[in-house]
Amino acid sequence: MQPPQTNAISVMDLTVAYHETPVLWDIDLDVPPGVLLAIVGPNGAGKTTLIKAILGLVRTASGKVLIHDKPYEVQRKIVGYVPQRGSVDWDFPTNVLDVVMMGRYGALGWIRRPSKDDRELAMNALEKVGMEKYRHRQISHLSGGQQQRVFLARALVQDSNIYLMDEPFQGVDATTERAIVAILQELRENGKTVVVVHHDLQTVTDYFDWVTLLNIRRIASGPVQDTFTSENLREAYGGRIAFMKNR
Amino acid sequence: MLIYINNLLNYFDYTLLIVASGAAFLGTVSGALGTYAVLRRQSLMGDAISHAALPGIAIAFLLTGTKIHLLLILGAAIAGWVGTVIIMAIVRLTRIKYDSALALILSTFFGFGLVLHTLIQRTGNANQAGLDTFLFGQAATILKWDVITIGILGGIVLIIMLIFWKELKLLIFDEGFAASIGLPIRTLDVLLTSLLVIAIVIGLQAVGAVLMSAMIVAPAVAARQWTDRFSLMVILAAIFGALSGVIGTIISSTAAHIPTGPTIILCATLFVIISITLAPNRGLVWNSSRHRRNRRNIGMGSNQLFEQHQQKSD
Repeated sequence: MQPPQTNAISVMDLTVAYHETPVLWDIDLDVPPGVLLAIVGPNGAGKTTLIKAILGLVRTASGKVLIHDKPYEVQRKIVGYVPQRGSVDWDFPTNVLDVVMMGRYGALGWIRRPSKDDRELAMNALEKVGMEKYRHRQISHLSGGQQQRVFLARALVQDSNIYLMDEPFQGVDATTERAIVAILQELRENGKTVVVVHHDLQTVTDYFDWVTLLNIRRIASGPVQDTFTSENLREAYGGRIAFMKNR
Repeated sequence: MLIYINNLLNYFDYTLLIVASGAAFLGTVSGALGTYAVLRRQSLMGDAISHAALPGIAIAFLLTGTKIHLLLILGAAIAGWVGTVIIMAIVRLTRIKYDSALALILSTFFGFGLVLHTLIQRTGNANQAGLDTFLFGQAATILKWDVITIGILGGIVLIIMLIFWKELKLLIFDEGFAASIGLPIRTLDVLLTSLLVIAIVIGLQAVGAVLMSAMIVAPAVAARQWTDRFSLMVILAAIFGALSGVIGTIISSTAAHIPTGPTIILCATLFVIISITLAPNRGLVWNSSRHRRNRRNIGMGSNQLFEQHQQKSD
């Protein structure tokens, strides 16, 4: 008999504060397995902080996070992470293949060096994102979209069940955006759970099946057709949503 | 010419060999570890550590009354380490920014070191002579045992660096990702800083507290110009550091009263200047010639460009 399916991610009563200013306030969030979920909200809504809190990267004031009913520390091998592109120095002296190989470091553990197999996995991931030709390219010579594909490939070699991605569409052209969306949807088809911090409200219904609206507090979360309503959007964005719709 | 070479060879006596090998060791280690500091944009950390180390030397001397090199640099290491821990704590616990915290600790510790230094000189302790070499460096004071100390400590630093190679590399490239896969980034950060502290204190006797930070920064900056590979950058920085150490020592020992520290630093600076101007791809000469070439090509006008294109495709 199959055990009942647990939530891929459950966040309970999560509060994060920087110097007493709350960035996230009392967040409850359940992410069922196998969904492609967008976290949307205005600037400063705490989207990135929410992802980082799930990964245990920021100190939380209260609350807890479970990955398939267990704490992140014991589940980190089934979670892949794509940080914001701007979070690293792209003038670092290294090449594309080397960065993608870093996705294997977690599985490798201490001291062991990447082997031929790891190299092959990295090459497969680069092929998936259409970057195999650039494997020896110095990373400072990449365009924004190529950098994003490299980060995505690095997460793919982690071979995880759950992916957390911080603005993977930031600063990419239309072609790359379509390519990335195709990869995200393929991940969902393979039963993976994908959580994406997203900025563009116009594309939410096209790309995603679940959505979480966030503005310090959780405004709403659920399937896109029920949750992505103008009422919820108004609550999340305040007056600014009128401007968005007029465009 | 022959006479000149003969004279040069005469300089390679036993003492110079000792001193030069010490300088080579410390240059290798500071060059390699400096790569991490420079890529992490923590170049000034080296400055803070070397200045903060000064009171440690004085305290070690006051407590033990000896000038045993290992004891003095142990004191220097503890003081330098305490200084960096305080800087990190200030940044984490208060709203004071990194550069302010750094300047604060650097000058406070250095000032305290100078006060202790003056006190020691006033007491007229016959043993006090030699402590001031830690200010500007005097490689001539390096003895065989000092070289062995530098060699062993430097070797340990390099071995630890190699053991945690991929972890430290990921830490300085992408700290957030490193934390997400479970690397203890706080511990690794302390480890890397401790390695940097050792790399700096073993150079204090030859280069001095005031200028040691340049030995951390200069070789790495020069090395970055020549390569786009991290491993090669570490190796090149180590080589540049070692060469600066050896050449600087030899120059300063050919004449009396040339302090070694400044001479070594000038050699390292020469490497930086050559690298910044002449290195392919990143060098200034290369860049400006590429710029001129582009301008000329565009200036030829569209007709000529078109003809050229036609000829190529024929």
